[in-house]
Amino acid sequence: MSTASPDHKDVDAHTGTATTGHEWDGIRELNTPLPKWWLNIFYACIVWAVGYWIVYPAIPLATSFTKGVIGYSSRGEVTQELADLQSARAPMVKALAGASFADIEKDPKLLTFARAQGKAAFGDNCAPCHGAGGGGSKAFPNLVDDDWLWGAGSLEDIQQTLTHGIRSADPEARAGNMPAFGDGVLKPVEISLVSDYVRSLSSLPVDKAVDLKAGEKVFAENCAACHGDNGKGNNELGAPNLTDQIWLYGSDKVTIAEGITKGRGGIMPNWGGRLDAGTIKALAVYVRTLGGGR
Amino acid sequence: MSVKQQQAREIALEAQGVELGLYAPHQKIYPQAVSGRFRNIKWAILIFTLGIYYFLPFVRWDRGPNAPSQAVLVDLDHHRFYFFFIEIWPQEVYYLTGLLIVAAVALFLMNAVAGRLWCGYLCPQTVWTDLFFAVERLIEGDRRERMKKDGEKWNLETFAQSMLKHWIWLMIAWWTGGAWVLYFADAPTLVYQLATFQGPVTAYIWIAILTFTTYFFAGYMREQVCTYMCPWPRIQAALTDEWALNVTYRYDRGEPRNSLKKAAALREAGQPAGDCVDCNQCFNVCPTGVDIRDGLQIDCIQCGLCIDACDNVMVKVGRPTGLIGYDTDINVKRREAGQPELKTRILRARTIVYAAVIALVGSTMAVALATRNSSGLAVIHDRNPLFVTLQDGGIRNAYTVRLSNKIPETRSFEIRVEGFEPSQVDSAGGKRGPNGWPVLSVDPDQTLEDRVFVTLPRNAVKHGHDDEDKRDIAFVLVDLASGASVRVKDHFMQPDGDKK
Repeated sequence: MSTASPDHKDVDAHTGTATTGHEWDGIRELNTPLPKWWLNIFYACIVWAVGYWIVYPAIPLATSFTKGVIGYSSRGEVTQELADLQSARAPMVKALAGASFADIEKDPKLLTFARAQGKAAFGDNCAPCHGAGGGGSKAFPNLVDDDWLWGAGSLEDIQQTLTHGIRSADPEARAGNMPAFGDGVLKPVEISLVSDYVRSLSSLPVDKAVDLKAGEKVFAENCAACHGDNGKGNNELGAPNLTDQIWLYGSDKVTIAEGITKGRGGIMPNWGGRLDAGTIKALAVYVRTLGGGR
Repeated sequence: MSVKQQQAREIALEAQGVELGLYAPHQKIYPQAVSGRFRNIKWAILIFTLGIYYFLPFVRWDRGPNAPSQAVLVDLDHHRFYFFFIEIWPQEVYYLTGLLIVAAVALFLMNAVAGRLWCGYLCPQTVWTDLFFAVERLIEGDRRERMKKDGEKWNLETFAQSMLKHWIWLMIAWWTGGAWVLYFADAPTLVYQLATFQGPVTAYIWIAILTFTTYFFAGYMREQVCTYMCPWPRIQAALTDEWALNVTYRYDRGEPRNSLKKAAALREAGQPAGDCVDCNQCFNVCPTGVDIRDGLQIDCIQCGLCIDACDNVMVKVGRPTGLIGYDTDINVKRREAGQPELKTRILRARTIVYAAVIALVGSTMAVALATRNSSGLAVIHDRNPLFVTLQDGGIRNAYTVRLSNKIPETRSFEIRVEGFEPSQVDSAGGKRGPNGWPVLSVDPDQTLEDRVFVTLPRNAVKHGHDDEDKRDIAFVLVDLASGASVRVKDHFMQPDGDKK
């Protein structure tokens, strides 16, 4: 390694460029400084960074970090944006909370707002069980069809179900079970007979050899109390109409027999404690527009 | 110094073994004042185009009570673009595509007919730079004075002149930015808001940005924008042909160039002498620092000012004008070869094709605009569930529909579904209309979303055929007042035929 005196410029013969004077194994380093414009931007960035450290959160400390003089945080920004959104919506939210269903249906603006709010709330809370479009699945009712297990599908009925739930812990919950008739009440033969009879109620094909009269007798003695003499059900008790084409669990004989043997009793949570009254109203309006209300 | 001169200089220097850097410092251009036909044309175009730009936002256009009354307005808040009698919704932005095609091909057509007409007369960069040059000349004097002042130290007078010049430049730039934002809001209201410091922050930011770009591009960057930043010179050079009129130095007539005295002496002696007296006036007046006598070149914007300068000189020296003029390559070459000139052919294959493309796209747009529907319907079939079985075994499909009412009046629309009875069609938010179909009312210049239910009764549900699980249907939106309709095709889904 050789050192050149500072005033002596050691110029590389091939390139005509001055060298730094440093030499390693006969190789000398060319002195090609960074472009001025680049360096100036670099220095400007350093100056900017110092300002940034002061103004914005920057340096991690043992248990905390420097907060910066303007107190910015991205979490705070989100909170602020949410608060802005809430305050922008506040008049409509307030109007919705104070309005009756009749008021909502009369006011197109309020109705549109309720449907939009309901759509969002449905996606957040209801879609996991009832499906994104309310189509339901086995054991989770389809909200798009024209059949209601509980109530007649009026906005008030839907609101009641949403608020207090079905077979939930809420004291005002809709209650009513399909008992397990297999627990010594009915013999397997009787369950088989009544399953075929239930299928015949909604005109589903039944084996010709089956004695439907015997099945009808079992039905009249055990099932008619809730499902009605003609099998039309009772939506005060949540007893399904057995004569229509809609089946919550399935219409094949095995599924029907399983339901009779083991009983049924799906649970709809009570949303009253989790969602505010306005949101529940909006949900009721939205669910009705899915198609179930007509 | 033009790119061509720069290159010649570098080649010469490198031949002498001089090592050159990659970057050459910019050489400031001091265009001299000139008068004449093309200068007058440029003044007229400058006043006309800037007049449109600065004052158009204040032009009013009555659209009734439910729409803004500004003739040209980009209403970003409400997603509308207004242009006199035309109103464009966001989904109609494809008109912009047509407009851009027409603009591009018009540029090609101009180029095929007479070179860089756009660059020389119409381009905002040219127009604003021209205006800034005029201000500079008015305050600091013409070419020689400005060059002299730039070489000297500042004194009170030159400093005051410089300050005044920059102040006026900034005022023009500021007005340019200010006019821009007026296209995005009601102009008189926004002017009042801006003046009283109540305008939206974005307006001030845009004014600041455009003030800066105008001041910087027209005051400092000038011809460098055309030479180094703009892609058009490159494209233009590739698109031109020998039939295109270009600002041309007729070297066949001008060369050999000589001083006036020397040329007279040569002529006296019966020797060849060109008309060019080598006065450099064409170079002195050039806003991009080009010597037109070097031929067509990338940094020549073909503004025609050298034609004026040369004609003025030719008149003074008693030679015919037009030593520099609009000419075609083919004629220069023919004259050089001693052949007679050909008539300028504006109608050529390429000009006809360009004009045809413009006419085709333009008329397509005009027809589309004239016949477009003032109402719209979009239908989306529910994805989940695709269909639902009703209590009685009927099948119902649900659709999300969006109705557009593109006129500034409230309208009622009837929703019909072809192949179904009115009673089989229902909507979540609508009422039954006079014909039994659901009717929805849409606010002026608004859209409305709703759900429509279409029910196929049980006796019409066919099982057992694979092709029965999906049938084509059509929604028809009928304006109850005018009877105008929109038809949208969709599908009606039902369970697979082979499943029960």
